[in-house]
Amino acid sequence: MSKKPTKTEKKEVETTGHSWDGIEEYNNPLPRWWLWTLYATIVFAIGYVIAYPAIPLINGATPGLMGWSTRADVAAEIKAYDDANAEIEAQLASADLTEIASNPELNSFAVNAGSAVFQTWCIQCHGSGAAGNVGFPNLLDDDWLWGGNIEEIHYTITHGIRNEDDDDARFSEMPKFGADELLEKEEIEQVVNHVLSLSGQEFDADLATAGAVVFEDNCSSCHGEDGKGDRDQGAPNLTDAIWLYGGDKDTIRQTVTYARFGVMPTWASRLSESDIRAVATYVHQLGGGE
Amino acid sequence: MAILDKHAVIERNATILMVLSLLVVTIGGIVEIAPLFYLQNTIEDVEGMRPYSPLELTGRDIYVREGCYVCHSQMIRPMRDEVERYGHYSLAAESQYDHPAQWGSKRTGPDLARVGGRYTDKWQMDHLSNPQSVVPVSLMPKYAFLKDVMIEPTYITDLMNTHKFVGVPYTDEMIASASADFKAQADPDADGVDDLIARYPGAQVRNFDGQPGVSEMDALIAYLQMLGTLVDFSTFTPDASR
Repeated sequence: MSKKPTKTEKKEVETTGHSWDGIEEYNNPLPRWWLWTLYATIVFAIGYVIAYPAIPLINGATPGLMGWSTRADVAAEIKAYDDANAEIEAQLASADLTEIASNPELNSFAVNAGSAVFQTWCIQCHGSGAAGNVGFPNLLDDDWLWGGNIEEIHYTITHGIRNEDDDDARFSEMPKFGADELLEKEEIEQVVNHVLSLSGQEFDADLATAGAVVFEDNCSSCHGEDGKGDRDQGAPNLTDAIWLYGGDKDTIRQTVTYARFGVMPTWASRLSESDIRAVATYVHQLGGGE
Repeated sequence: MAILDKHAVIERNATILMVLSLLVVTIGGIVEIAPLFYLQNTIEDVEGMRPYSPLELTGRDIYVREGCYVCHSQMIRPMRDEVERYGHYSLAAESQYDHPAQWGSKRTGPDLARVGGRYTDKWQMDHLSNPQSVVPVSLMPKYAFLKDVMIEPTYITDLMNTHKFVGVPYTDEMIASASADFKAQADPDADGVDDLIARYPGAQVRNFDGQPGVSEMDALIAYLQMLGTLVDFSTFTPDASR
């Protein structure tokens, strides 16, 4: 067995004088590393108080020598990114909309930036893949309510649809044919069958024949005599298999009775012109752009 | 050292220890908390802020009752990624009429400080009724029952008086017309709409849930649609030193 003396044996350490059942407590000093760490944190704290905003006074806290401010920091950080992109964003904002796609560099920037804008602001309604949802149009197909060329898409995004915030928002309103008693129940049933016939679904021939007259008198001014819709009024094409709210008999009856009033917000107040152009370019190249 | 020897007295006397501990905590509290009530940068006055209208206040109560704050914060921090995603960072003044504040501490869902106007009423209605119908990956529970719970402004004056008691500047006129304002905000054809907007500038008046009467859904959507919309950031320039 080793007889090496331990530290406590080597030098005499006083006890604190406390004694419990004969157990005594050495009055060892604090470990040096611990003590110096404590002193270092105190010195650091003094430096910190001088450098950063700290002591509350009457009108405000001491500002600190570094001039640190979260507000200034975030403004500077955003400005750095804006400056880095300033040139291409200015180019995007001033370019002719129809020519963005033919400029590879600009197009690549617009599609990537537009994708980011879309993922942040648009997917909640139109879906992360832009395939839409009930009441929110699919942006991948060729069926456009208000027009699918880049200028129309740009206008729709800028001003929105049927919102109250933008006076230039696209607007049209389908009458509530049933709820406002513009048509009898019987006539609604007839016109529903006519619409079913237009879109190639099963229908009652007698009702549909009568419905054609009702359609001609009440619906054709917006949806067109052939039911193919009118983009100037956002009136959907009723002859295809693409439905915003559903194309089955019950849903069509509900649409005719209570009408629809789909709203899209205006984005001019939230997004910059270059962001709007970027997301318009992104949507345009998704597949349905004209 | 002599002073350290005296420390033994404190350690051996529980009552003195407690009293002195309390004293130290009190000093800490005064230094750290009290200045928040008088410092200019914590009570920055911002144009456009107004107390909640009766319907919005009711909606806010539903927000609190349903525990929305557990998953949604209402505090956009001054960082680039948050500002780019949610909008201008939150100002202290924007929570000045919140008792208690709905800053939250965890984002299972997105921040809602500026959700107002971002979505349409129909989207809010669809989303609250069945979140997965519009956002397939959402974890949010369904709140479809809100549209079936019709509400009356029975306790609205009590609620407003309570908020007034803790410092929200509701005027006697606002409290006297609370019931009328409550109903008018969910009914664009009501007589009192102009008065409502005069009392609460920027209040949005719509039939939020699209069905007759005032439901909890109306109140909650009215609240959500005004969140973060009162301060006009096209004219407001934040003071960078704050």
